[in-house]
Amino acid sequence: MAHRFDRIAASKPFVFAACLIPLAWLAWDTLSNALGTDPVAQLEHRSGDWTLRLLLTTLAITPLRMLTKQNWLIRYRRMFGLFAFFYASVHMSIYLIVDLGGFWSQIFTEIAKKPYITVGFAAWLMMIPLAVTSTKGMIRRLGRNWQRLHRLVYLIGLCGVLHFMWLVKSGNKIAVTEPLIYLGILIVLLALRVPIWLKQLRARTARNSPQSINRRVGFSPPNA
Amino acid sequence: MSFRKFPEPRPSDVTPQPIYERRREVLKLLGLAIPGLLVGCSPDSNGQTAQTAPAVIDTRLPELTIAKRGAFSTTEAQTSYNDATHYNNFYEFGTSKADPARNSARFKPHPWSIEIAGEAEVTGTFTLEDILKPHPLEERIYRMRCVEGWSMVIPWVGFQLSDLIARFKPTSAAKYVAFTSVERPREMPGQADAVLDWPYREGLRMDEAMNPLTLMVVGLYGHALPNQNGAPLRLVVPWKYGFKGIKSIARIEFVEKQPRTAWNLAARSEYGFFANVNPEVDHPRWTQATERRISGSGFNLLGNRILTQPFNGYGEQVASMYSGMDLKQDF
Repeated sequence: MAHRFDRIAASKPFVFAACLIPLAWLAWDTLSNALGTDPVAQLEHRSGDWTLRLLLTTLAITPLRMLTKQNWLIRYRRMFGLFAFFYASVHMSIYLIVDLGGFWSQIFTEIAKKPYITVGFAAWLMMIPLAVTSTKGMIRRLGRNWQRLHRLVYLIGLCGVLHFMWLVKSGNKIAVTEPLIYLGILIVLLALRVPIWLKQLRARTARNSPQSINRRVGFSPPNA
Repeated sequence: MSFRKFPEPRPSDVTPQPIYERRREVLKLLGLAIPGLLVGCSPDSNGQTAQTAPAVIDTRLPELTIAKRGAFSTTEAQTSYNDATHYNNFYEFGTSKADPARNSARFKPHPWSIEIAGEAEVTGTFTLEDILKPHPLEERIYRMRCVEGWSMVIPWVGFQLSDLIARFKPTSAAKYVAFTSVERPREMPGQADAVLDWPYREGLRMDEAMNPLTLMVVGLYGHALPNQNGAPLRLVVPWKYGFKGIKSIARIEFVEKQPRTAWNLAARSEYGFFANVNPEVDHPRWTQATERRISGSGFNLLGNRILTQPFNGYGEQVASMYSGMDLKQDF
């Protein structure tokens, strides 16, 4: 009756705790008044940074698995994805409650008029259905549609990086190094998927070719 | 009556009198205690002047003799000295807000000279001492609104630009005043990056330059300007966004045509020549309807956001200069 010890399952609480470290660090700096002159801006920047980092970590699992053939990696993906959503929500809440404060309804004009807020808010909205459908039951129920829905994460990643790029003060020549690093990583992570996508595409076109459909429905053309 | 629709500063915004007065006692104590420790610390010796986040005023900077206080000042809670001197946009020393305090120790604001040029009867190069000599210093507590959506309340020490201009007798061809900052890549590490087209340039229309609110500043909080705040001489135009307040001025020119300005050159659609604080005209990234006020202890996370006032609350003094202009067009 000896169960094999599941190392991944056992390590999850530790990974979970590790994902909470940035939040604890932020809370510590807030309580010890170590956020500097503009604490609100610091809270926003740091919660935003960790959202992007966790989002890119989530997106790194598949290519990493592919390259290293370490399939167990996939078992951490949901946790990273959910933490990305968690930090995005913290980020949003700080903006809405701490930064906008008594002027919270200003968020509507900001979403409508500031492109970087538009894409940032869109990214957060798109994360909601992914978080909601992240349970085992939902994965089972949605079947193949689950994967289709979760392809939204590519768009979320792009919107997240654009959100960062567009908020940085920029003249003609202002360097935007940090957001460009995130963009670079995102592009690499997406580019690594191209071979998989091509393979899937080829499989699908083969599946949907007239010959293969005929074969499947048992139809043979008269002049064949 | 133009203040009718603006909220009065809340009583909680105003520094209580005892605390305000104690500030001076602390200063006096420090003034007595610190010079002894600083023997042999010349302002030029490398590293010695590095800013180590002073909690109060950096007494290594000379205290200024202030002849007059109070004109056009506000009673709103002041920003702490530490915040006003460690949260700066001064790209000549780096693009992050902490960079100027960190990277400006090598900058030498003395000796200094200023070139006066253009459409005026008196032109030439003057030493800083010549420029400053005839002007008694005045303290004015102004609101400072940054285009990035934050604001401070800072007690500046200086004199009216109008008094300085009068000495050079600009001719009728002088329609604008163009200012140029110093360019010293060896002392200003940020100038190695072409983030802006160096040297930094700014400009005012002649009536704006002559407005009594417009200040030539040599100090803050009763002491000489630290390098990161634009030593030895800078401009403060309180009804305009902070980037109009050009720092470390090396040249003043009277010109006929509207001069090009650094941020306008960098992004014409984002930073206008006038750059008057205007809650009605939004920047593509930052809202101008409200602002985050950095004042007091710096640690009050909630309730820092306040309404931005047209002309930063100085409409009574300046709005008439723009009558007949479409300020949404000429932003």
